[in-house]
Amino acid sequence: MSSKAEQASPTAIKTGITHQMTGNEAIARAAWEAGVKVASAYPGTPSTEIMENMGRYPVGDVHAQWATNEKVALDVAIGASFSGVRAMTMMKHVGLNVASDALMSQSYIGAHGGLVLIVCDDPGIHSSQNEQDSRIFGRFAQIPVLEPCDAQEALDYTKIAFDISERYDTPVMVRSTTRISHTRSPVLVSERVTPDDLGFNMDVSKNVMVPGHARQRHPVVIDRLERLAEELETSDLNRLELGSSKIGIITSSMSYVYVKENLPEASVLKLGLSFPLPKKLIQDFCAKHDRVIVVEELEPVIENEIKTWGLKVEGKEFFPRIGELSPEQTRISFEQAGVLEPEANALGPQFEPLIRPPVLCAGCPHAMSYTAIRSLDVRVAGDIGCYTLAVGDPLTAIDTTVAMGSSIANATGMYLAGTETKPIVATIGDSTFIHSGIPPLIDAVYNQANITVILLDNHITAMTGGQENPGTGKTLRGEQTHQINFEEMIRACGVEWIERVDSYDAASMMQTMRESIAYRGVSVLIADRPCVLDPVKIKGPSMSVDAKDCNACQGCMNLGCPALIWSDEWYEGRHIVKIDPTACIGCSVCAQFCPTGAIQPTVVLDQKSAKAKPCGVE
Amino acid sequence: MAKVKKTDNSVMAVLADPPKLDPKETKEPINVLIVGVGGQGVIMVSKVLALICQNLGYEVKQSEVHGMAKRGGVVFSHVRFGSNVWSPTIPMGKADVLIALEWAEGLRWMSYLRPGTGIFIADTKRIVPPFACRSRILGADIGYSKDTPDDVREKVAEAFALDATEMATRAGNERAANTLLLGALSTTLTFPTEEWKKVIAQMVPPKTVDVNLAVFDQGQNWIDGSRKGEPVEGAAFVPLVQPELNSVRNTLEITAEWCKGCDICVKMCPERCLVLNKDQVAELAEPEKCTGCHICEWLCPDFAISLNPITQEAVA
Repeated sequence: MSSKAEQASPTAIKTGITHQMTGNEAIARAAWEAGVKVASAYPGTPSTEIMENMGRYPVGDVHAQWATNEKVALDVAIGASFSGVRAMTMMKHVGLNVASDALMSQSYIGAHGGLVLIVCDDPGIHSSQNEQDSRIFGRFAQIPVLEPCDAQEALDYTKIAFDISERYDTPVMVRSTTRISHTRSPVLVSERVTPDDLGFNMDVSKNVMVPGHARQRHPVVIDRLERLAEELETSDLNRLELGSSKIGIITSSMSYVYVKENLPEASVLKLGLSFPLPKKLIQDFCAKHDRVIVVEELEPVIENEIKTWGLKVEGKEFFPRIGELSPEQTRISFEQAGVLEPEANALGPQFEPLIRPPVLCAGCPHAMSYTAIRSLDVRVAGDIGCYTLAVGDPLTAIDTTVAMGSSIANATGMYLAGTETKPIVATIGDSTFIHSGIPPLIDAVYNQANITVILLDNHITAMTGGQENPGTGKTLRGEQTHQINFEEMIRACGVEWIERVDSYDAASMMQTMRESIAYRGVSVLIADRPCVLDPVKIKGPSMSVDAKDCNACQGCMNLGCPALIWSDEWYEGRHIVKIDPTACIGCSVCAQFCPTGAIQPTVVLDQKSAKAKPCGVE
Repeated sequence: MAKVKKTDNSVMAVLADPPKLDPKETKEPINVLIVGVGGQGVIMVSKVLALICQNLGYEVKQSEVHGMAKRGGVVFSHVRFGSNVWSPTIPMGKADVLIALEWAEGLRWMSYLRPGTGIFIADTKRIVPPFACRSRILGADIGYSKDTPDDVREKVAEAFALDATEMATRAGNERAANTLLLGALSTTLTFPTEEWKKVIAQMVPPKTVDVNLAVFDQGQNWIDGSRKGEPVEGAAFVPLVQPELNSVRNTLEITAEWCKGCDICVKMCPERCLVLNKDQVAELAEPEKCTGCHICEWLCPDFAISLNPITQEAVA
């Protein structure tokens, strides 16, 4: 059983009734219902599906596009807001760091057409490089932060965010988390209402942030937050559920459902926004209860602000600052706080868990690239993408990974330090290179570094599930557009040594990589092979191991290919290798490493008819 | 509820009075945890269940984490339904049913089962990760879970291990194993069979409707039959082959006078156990890592390396 193509057009679903939707689908729906005209984003787990869903709404309703990075995406949305239409951008938490430069000044400028940022945090670090709490960024930028707790609220709050944005002349952040974005729950949908286009707002004192203008705008920012906080004192966005006066819980977002799971009858103040806070409402709530506990995931954002008002609240004494909150962790924390009695016999049986780390796919071209890198004994500055998995056993070929596009400048720094005895290599994927790898490449040439850049060009943004990018020559909606020519671009940056090699050609990869390292200056080797999953799933006839020829040397196992596993047969004390024919795509890289020639294709191509036929059949 | 212990290694234990979970009868939501490995169809199982619950008018929340799933990683999906559901994830120790599409994944999530009443239904299929085949030690075993249905029997209220993948393959479509497990799951709930079949027919590709409905029945019959003590087919749990401790160890002999330090063996050694010493002569720096693969011996242009297997007898 496998999924049918994701159903019909999303505008065809019935309004006025509930549908099961993920938080991300609900946010895309909200954008469409709110009349958003322009949406721009760079993919990043867990936010990616918002834009993928936006791309399913009619072209005439919304211009949805992949941008080259998050700052570009926000700037595009800002431009649309300047021109008087509703605009949205969405990103993962670390994407906000990239976009933050524009955000900090746009906060002063405000929003002509409604301007909303959806920021998806990843508590628990399911698929990220850190666990930052973006709510702090909202405060830093002095913009309102809405925090939905499920898909229905994700839809409602996104629509309300546009309303707040326009009424208070401010960009607004809606903060989701992995759990909200990827949980399906019932959502009541309605029709699209398109606001009138406002046209461009001619007001340079507001639109152009020079010191004189910015000084005038700063008080406006403070004032609008105070006015919004005042409105929030009586807003429906905050939910007051009064119970016993002994204990009161102040919470928001996903933490609210975990509180309700454990204390369904408790007195709860659920805040719709974590910034700004309704001070009087919270003061009254605290006055009504003997003891108040603030429950929030990650940082004590709400708790600390309440404490600055001189109110006595508890929170992070019991609730962790690290990791994703869960119903069971919430229970443990409430037990520690003395609110709940410990539960006896709470867990099912426990078995030692099998270690099953994520791996590069069978036939992944990155596996060969890193096998070649590993053989060269070089210092490797890595980057963000599927290929970061090469840090693990057996490839073990990455020494550092910081953030999107960091690899090349990190390598330059290693070179400048002058302490490195090994050749220095930066590895970066095609989409990451376009995102933020080009300025550091120019920098490396400009500052005459001696490094090798290996551009892992798999023709897609793979890690996030296969999105188009300027290197693929297709847009979000699959239309043809200009395709970047990497060689031309890299040459224009001043790089003189550029080679493109087929990643599946082991000998060429190893030889060319040696040459690229031997070159003094910046050399760029483009390792070229499409991703095996996207945009089309590649599956050729599999390879197979002839057990009588295999000497169990385990050389092929060093590729880390999941199609290669041990059989039940042995040779000289080691397992003979077998190939899972359903997983193997027939890339033949393992066969190129096999010293005994035991790995052979299961079919051969008949040159005359150009048809594959089983091996051994004449 | 009395527990009947079975000796059959597929039907591990059944309850004499197996419960039918009915969301109408409980205030708490009913919790079903579905687990497996990327690409097995875990999410489809949970989508079908969620859609049935929605059609029958229950509130349902379905939570999973995407991202690493495509990369052979662990996949799990929490489905909770009833008159009112708060948390989208099932608290540990509160899962009423655990459906595992892969044996070791079933074991991993066992602690989520409700002690005393939780029902465990697992496909005995093994998906061995590359990580389990990493050891280079002579006689090294596959690093896969060694626990068998016998180990599970004592610890779970009701438990079934069926080779759903094999049964689905015989029925004509290996990919339908998850539908077979849906049939097994259906025996634990009060939802009408027609409702299950309606939703499955709606969700699967049109060409595979027949085979999917057939294996759904098979799954249902398998559990019902097991509970009644009828002999059931397509079950056996095949234990992992134990290592055959072997007799060979290798030594590498490098003739220093013939080595010109070309570095080929060092670069091509899959285990990186060779180095060039200060005299620019190849040397086996980490003999314990050498697997005896012969690559250095065969690649050496000067025939300076030879690999000598030492038999157990010689060692002794």
